[in-house]
Amino acid sequence: MRYGMAIDTRKCVGCSDCVVACQTENSIPHGYTRDWISETVEGMYPNLALEIRSERCNHCDDTPCVRTCPTGSSHIIEGGIVKVTHEECIGCGACIESCPYDARYFHPEGYVDKCTFCDHRVKNGQDPACVSVCPTHCMYFGDLDDPNSEISKVVAKNKVKVLAPEAGTKPQIFYLV
Amino acid sequence: MREELITSGRMNPGIDPVLHGWHWPIPFYLFVGGLAAGLLFFAAYKVLFGKEKDFPTAVMIGPFVALAAIVMGLMALIYDLHHPLYAWQLFTTIRIESPMSWGAWTLMIVSIVNAVWIFTYLKKIFPDFNLKQNFLRKVISNFIEEKQSEGKLNWDWKYKFLRDFESFLIKNRKALAWLMMILSIILGVYTGILLSAFNARPLWNTALLGPLFLTSGFSTGAAMLMILSKTHLEKIAFSKIDVLLIIIELFFITHMFMGYLAGSEVKAEAAHYFMGGEFTVTFWVNVIILGLVVPLALETMELLNVKIPVIIPGLLILWGGMMFRFIMVDAGQVIRYLY
Amino acid sequence: MKTTRRDFIKISSLGIGGLALSTSPILGWVPSFLKEDDNTPDDSTAKRYPNYCEVCFWNCAGWVYTNKDKDGNEKIWKIIGNDDDPNSNGRFCPRGTGGIGMYYDKDRLRKPLKRVTGEDGNQTFVEIEWDEAIDIVAKKMKEIKTKYGPESFALFKHGTSGKHFATLFKAYGSKNMAGPAYSQCKAPREEGFRMTFGHPLHSPEPLDIRNTRCLVLIGSHLGENMHNGQVQEMSEAIENGASIITVDPRFSTAASKSKFWLPIKPSTDIALLLAWMHVIIKEKRYDIDYVEKNTSGFEQLKNHVKNFTPEWAYGITTIKPDIIRKTAREMAAASPAVIIHPGRHATWYGDDTQRSRAIAILNALLGSWGRRGGFFNPEKAKLPKYPMPAFPKPKWSWRDIAPDKYPLAKMGVTNLLIDGSHPDKKEGHKIKAWFVVGTNLPVTIPNSKRTIEAIHNQEFIVVVDTMPSEMAGYADIVLPEATYLERYDDLRLAQHREPTIALRMPAAKPYAETRPGWKMCKDIAGKLGLSEYFNYNDYSEVLDWQLKKIGSSLDEMKEIGVMKLDRKYNDLYFHEHMEHEFETPTGKIEFYSNGMLAAGFAPMPVYTKHPEPPKGFYRLIYGRAPMHTFSRTTNNPYLMELMKENALWVNPKTAKDWGLKTGQRVWLQNHQGAVSTFSIAVRVTERIRQDSVYMVHGFGRLNKKLTKGYGAGISDTEMVTDVKIDKETGSTGMRSNFVTFLTEEPEKKEKTV
Repeated sequence: MRYGMAIDTRKCVGCSDCVVACQTENSIPHGYTRDWISETVEGMYPNLALEIRSERCNHCDDTPCVRTCPTGSSHIIEGGIVKVTHEECIGCGACIESCPYDARYFHPEGYVDKCTFCDHRVKNGQDPACVSVCPTHCMYFGDLDDPNSEISKVVAKNKVKVLAPEAGTKPQIFYLV
Repeated sequence: MREELITSGRMNPGIDPVLHGWHWPIPFYLFVGGLAAGLLFFAAYKVLFGKEKDFPTAVMIGPFVALAAIVMGLMALIYDLHHPLYAWQLFTTIRIESPMSWGAWTLMIVSIVNAVWIFTYLKKIFPDFNLKQNFLRKVISNFIEEKQSEGKLNWDWKYKFLRDFESFLIKNRKALAWLMMILSIILGVYTGILLSAFNARPLWNTALLGPLFLTSGFSTGAAMLMILSKTHLEKIAFSKIDVLLIIIELFFITHMFMGYLAGSEVKAEAAHYFMGGEFTVTFWVNVIILGLVVPLALETMELLNVKIPVIIPGLLILWGGMMFRFIMVDAGQVIRYLY
Repeated sequence: MKTTRRDFIKISSLGIGGLALSTSPILGWVPSFLKEDDNTPDDSTAKRYPNYCEVCFWNCAGWVYTNKDKDGNEKIWKIIGNDDDPNSNGRFCPRGTGGIGMYYDKDRLRKPLKRVTGEDGNQTFVEIEWDEAIDIVAKKMKEIKTKYGPESFALFKHGTSGKHFATLFKAYGSKNMAGPAYSQCKAPREEGFRMTFGHPLHSPEPLDIRNTRCLVLIGSHLGENMHNGQVQEMSEAIENGASIITVDPRFSTAASKSKFWLPIKPSTDIALLLAWMHVIIKEKRYDIDYVEKNTSGFEQLKNHVKNFTPEWAYGITTIKPDIIRKTAREMAAASPAVIIHPGRHATWYGDDTQRSRAIAILNALLGSWGRRGGFFNPEKAKLPKYPMPAFPKPKWSWRDIAPDKYPLAKMGVTNLLIDGSHPDKKEGHKIKAWFVVGTNLPVTIPNSKRTIEAIHNQEFIVVVDTMPSEMAGYADIVLPEATYLERYDDLRLAQHREPTIALRMPAAKPYAETRPGWKMCKDIAGKLGLSEYFNYNDYSEVLDWQLKKIGSSLDEMKEIGVMKLDRKYNDLYFHEHMEHEFETPTGKIEFYSNGMLAAGFAPMPVYTKHPEPPKGFYRLIYGRAPMHTFSRTTNNPYLMELMKENALWVNPKTAKDWGLKTGQRVWLQNHQGAVSTFSIAVRVTERIRQDSVYMVHGFGRLNKKLTKGYGAGISDTEMVTDVKIDKETGSTGMRSNFVTFLTEEPEKKEKTV
């Protein structure tokens, strides 16, 4: 079992529904977000290319955040989901510094917070909130270990990239380009 | 033209627009950690090589300053925690891969050894203990008793086990010195490793940072001793040591930048932040010129018998060492992977 | 009691009331459940209530979830789509998801307000009880009726609750009602299509985007306007390999997903459309059978476009001839599964009905109307009307304000009502009082100076809103409305591939002392002796009555939210063997329109040259961001986090000329001297033509009480003073305004109008 996500940048319009759906589903306090939209424009008028990506914790295979955590608060649960146990987090910030994606932040209550792949939904067989609301159906979530899952097929069939592969974290969010 | 922007979401404080999760307490902590490492190293070193008598400042005063530095560093570190009440959880587990865990444990052990070291020298440092003037009278009087002056020492420990412990330590002082020397090196290297362990930050992610911070820490330790020393012998000795350390440091820094420039795109990018980029002036003026080159010149002149008040190169080295850590922590957070 | 009496009141001067609002336990509540990471609440403990969204006109149907907060109180938690809803297919857009921000907005209106003049001569609002507020409104309505006749009371409305007020006004005796959704938005398109196909498009537009092979977007930035179902279908079309052609002076999101991006010189679209027709006819790439069978005036059209070559269009549009030919062939190759998108906000240059006609004609040439992958034939559910007496017949209506103008307008023209309200209206029928429901006229209607002059000329203004909008600041009485999450409204009967009925019901009690619109109308009607038009105690009775008539019930709808019905006829697309009667004078699709000619307009679209930016000025293009609905959401605590202000897009060459940098703040001045109240951050980007600048509409709010929206960016409406009226429909063309940059803050003026 290895959960992962694939996001089709060719379909994504950057509407940010994933961001606000995450905020409401997970009751994220105002002023903070677990996911976000980035935009890259390349070229010169009128020969332009635009890539829009919905980004979040990559739930890496090689997790510098879990490694650098001094208390064991950052940990990996079934399916490779990286989580933070709030009661064990002292808020030292080492995991924040160790993440090449800047996916973690200090929750105002003192602990470090981040995307959980909505494991509370996943364990009930639902998709993460962001995936479940996406109007363009550009996000896929599922078991990368299962070759018959939709996400495995999408990743196998298309040209994909991951973010900052040179950071060596083996991220598990794949972008279709 | 290439435009890269976050169009929505993620305006998390501490992360955006550039990462600034760590503020002044962390570089301050790295600075005082390095300083303490240097001070403890020289104290142990002088004892091991039988120079105890000639270097009273290094052996006896330095560790006092070191302990004070470590305590301040720990306070800064805990102040920086977003959940300080949970700090005790650092000591419920040892995590070999976590530099923070290393740091917590190293600092704890070092501070114990450091305190023990000071304990063995208390009678020498304070032979004439006048409790009547001491505001900690009540506390201290629980442990010591005043004696009629026999020679110069006018007090002794109240309890036998303390007296036994003290004489045991003094007998085995060399062993204690070895322990403290090894620990001081670990502490010095650790201040660099804390940063270099983060491969997400291209600027920090170089193996040279450990030795570089070690050297720099020792150099600040030597500078501190240079300032505190009362004898010419000690001043000159640490002046010489500092000249050597500064030369090594410059060598490491040069190599570090060569490494960045020869490295991947992001590392080259990191180097450019210091060669024309936004950190150029701060870094070259404060760290290289004021913190290394000027003191190097001054101390060389002093060794050539030009009269220079030792406090000038000393303070400059301390300033440079501190700025170096502030700049490295700050710049390291600004320079990120591009994707 | 002259004009100064209606100075704009900063609702912030509410004082104690405002303070109480911000510390209110309900609105101060932020959904924050238990800290433990394993205790995130999930759907198992939630309750859900059906609703349809009111953040925009798309009205997607979904579920409002409530859950217990950490103190054990049941609170609105999240909103998600209803799988059976064809408008959203179970997936809301960010605005719908963030709709809970309308409920949790700390700046909401909470109690009726009345304008009073203090002893020092300053005007302020004081909170009053509902009884008093209703009394005042009813008394004034009677007074206006006696003095000038009921027709002199105009209703401006937007949104679902507008219907209740329309009933009230019809019963009262006025048909002077209008909404910006027509004359500031889709009027030219609706009438252009009506004159061609005999039928307007309505909403949601019946576009078969998911089955199309080629989608042509002209000035439509689908994806940035989150017309939910259409965005979803565009994504499906991309997945299916359909080609997209985008005509836009800006490299829009849609343009980035297009096979062809045509960065057209603004205001020259008709030239391009004519050139496309030229190529398609000349190369015989049109749907010959379809045209022969279903259209009239083809020969005239052929003759008309004979000289409109791509080379001719190149000089006008700056689009290269071979690109015009390639794109024409691309769409012809996909015919009939091709859509030249009719757009929605079509009020641009003042010849907009003609441009919409051109779009309609091009679609007809390619045979896409009534065809799979083109325009389908939508169907809408019908419900019996709740019994009420017939309405009295008004003596005059909005059309009589200027009887010889805008013959093609079929709905109330907002700006005509404003003309009738303005002090420069000396003769004929005049408007003396306004009732404004859920629409923010100073921000929505261009040339806000004129709107405000009209406001000052009114004897009485009532504003119904959930937020302290700019409009509310000009009211004599403000009636605070409960949001869509706290009230019943009419059942939604949206047209689509299959008819559906959707229910809106409250998921929470009305906040503070807010009330649903139907309740206000019923109470006012009671005072006016019009109770028989509101013969119910609670609006749910009306819904239950209607639903029972069709064999369902309110209880059933509460369970399912959306009811799917079967189509009455199997006519989603044309049947190839059948004749089609179009509701035009000729019964055919009219390339050549005698109706247009008779009304005094060109029977076939022609290109007219429009003004161009003077030296040092740039055409102001405005548009949408996917996370905002105009000024409606520019204080929403969730959506403002996604985009907290607008930015001014500037081409790098223009930026270089002016020395502008990304992030630098500038003020704008238009070619008629209007200066922006606030500043805007520059975004230097290749994504825009050198002769234009772009910003998102709806920002730069002027009411200080809007703690998030006040002063955030620039309101484009302030820069739109040069309005080009579409003579056919009276709609307001807003894209002929040119701005220049002020890098220093201009001399201070009062920052609330």
